[in-house]
Amino acid sequence: MYALRQWSVRHARGLNWFYRSFESLLVALDPLWRLIGYERLDRPLAGVERVVKGVLFDCRMCGQCILSSTGMSCPMNCPKNLRNGPCGGVRANGRCEVRPEMTCVWVEAFEGSARIPGGLDALREVQVAVDRRLQGKSSWLRVVRQRVGARA
Amino acid sequence: MIFEDEPVPGYPLPILPGHTSPGRFERVLRTGLFAVTSELAPPDSADPGEVYQRARIFDGYVDAINATDGSGANCHMSSVAVCALLTRVGYAPVMQISCRDKNRIAIQGDILGGAAMGVCNVLCLTGDGVQAGDHPQALPVFDLDSLTLLETARTLRDEHRFLSGRKITYAPRLLLGAAENPFAHPQPWRAERLAKKYAAGAQFIQTQFCYDVPLLRTFMRAVEDLGILERIFILVGVGPLRSAKAAEWIRTHVPGVHIPDAVIRRLAGATDQALEGRNLCIDLIQEIRSIKGVHGVHVMAYRQEETVAEIIDRSGVLNGRVPWYPGRDPKTSSTRMVS
Repeated sequence: MYALRQWSVRHARGLNWFYRSFESLLVALDPLWRLIGYERLDRPLAGVERVVKGVLFDCRMCGQCILSSTGMSCPMNCPKNLRNGPCGGVRANGRCEVRPEMTCVWVEAFEGSARIPGGLDALREVQVAVDRRLQGKSSWLRVVRQRVGARA
Repeated sequence: MIFEDEPVPGYPLPILPGHTSPGRFERVLRTGLFAVTSELAPPDSADPGEVYQRARIFDGYVDAINATDGSGANCHMSSVAVCALLTRVGYAPVMQISCRDKNRIAIQGDILGGAAMGVCNVLCLTGDGVQAGDHPQALPVFDLDSLTLLETARTLRDEHRFLSGRKITYAPRLLLGAAENPFAHPQPWRAERLAKKYAAGAQFIQTQFCYDVPLLRTFMRAVEDLGILERIFILVGVGPLRSAKAAEWIRTHVPGVHIPDAVIRRLAGATDQALEGRNLCIDLIQEIRSIKGVHGVHVMAYRQEETVAEIIDRSGVLNGRVPWYPGRDPKTSSTRMVS
């Protein structure tokens, strides 16, 4: 849903706020997740994630979401999977080199990040290479586990 | 200018203090000389003779030769092979690596292999999309992007290990480069992106074609404001336009090339448009060389490589310097061969 994806970028600030609250909620529910078992949760939660993020962001389920660092514009929608900024082929009208019918996801990311407090700093971070093993897995659970792990 | 230890084919130069590669190109840049590089279009052929023939055109005018990696997503001889042939006779190639065709396993292997064949300079690129070339039905790989490719190369060089963590016994000694397009959308982000590439390991930058000097100045000032102008060598991309019609075609069909209307009007108004294209290129070089932070030019003259010598000669940027080429000073080579 290209129109919804663009809506998400326009509302990057609100979505980012919601995302942060949602993340904290998921982290707070860690005892419950433990009770059920993280392994068992991955598939159903990934299913929910696929639907929700699919509608809002055209999510590609890379399993290592960086939406809050990219102004709520999913970089995996870039035909070159660029996670560190735009390539040199962006057209003069801001459209994608490979798919001229869509605006470059990094032009969107730049605009979305400007709406998020501290968003432009996040855009400056160098992202590491994608771990292709995480494709299709729940990014939410991964973040929760990381945050719980860091807290311990 | 002559370095006392000019290359002997097959022998790496000693690595000078503060240098990361045993190459001439890094020496030229760090000496503060105005560097000239050009681009060799790899042949659609398995004949090494064609590679040497294409390299010889630049003899005496360039400090390094870029070997493109399937540029425009078209199939040609591989950049590793072109570089291996060039280093055999002492040329200083810049091995271009694109993320389009290879995953991280193949790329790391190529970096080690290239370095083993005498490659001292690597240019880390994202690469054009497959739709641009002659095999649009191919799988676009893009396992890494130009930034993570830079990080990968730096990890191999500085940490002596693969991305997996596995140790390598002899690290590649390389000067790492990246590309930037100061003229593409979103322009305010372009200097930031260069800073990001610097943070990921880029030591030199070769830019996309420059036909708009005011835009380049804005970009260079932004790079200076970010505090990295002194820490990176920027070579600005230039090239002769064959005619107004060709320029018009390029700006509508080649993504990322920005040609202002004034340039097209200047070409259209000339009686000999090809000559005017070269004159324009020379004017641009002379204007660009005076911009703070510009360390050289990268002349891209696809299918008119024979014009590079004339352009560089007439621009006067080498100040009488003759960059090394095989056979330039046979005496030095033979004495070093003996010693």
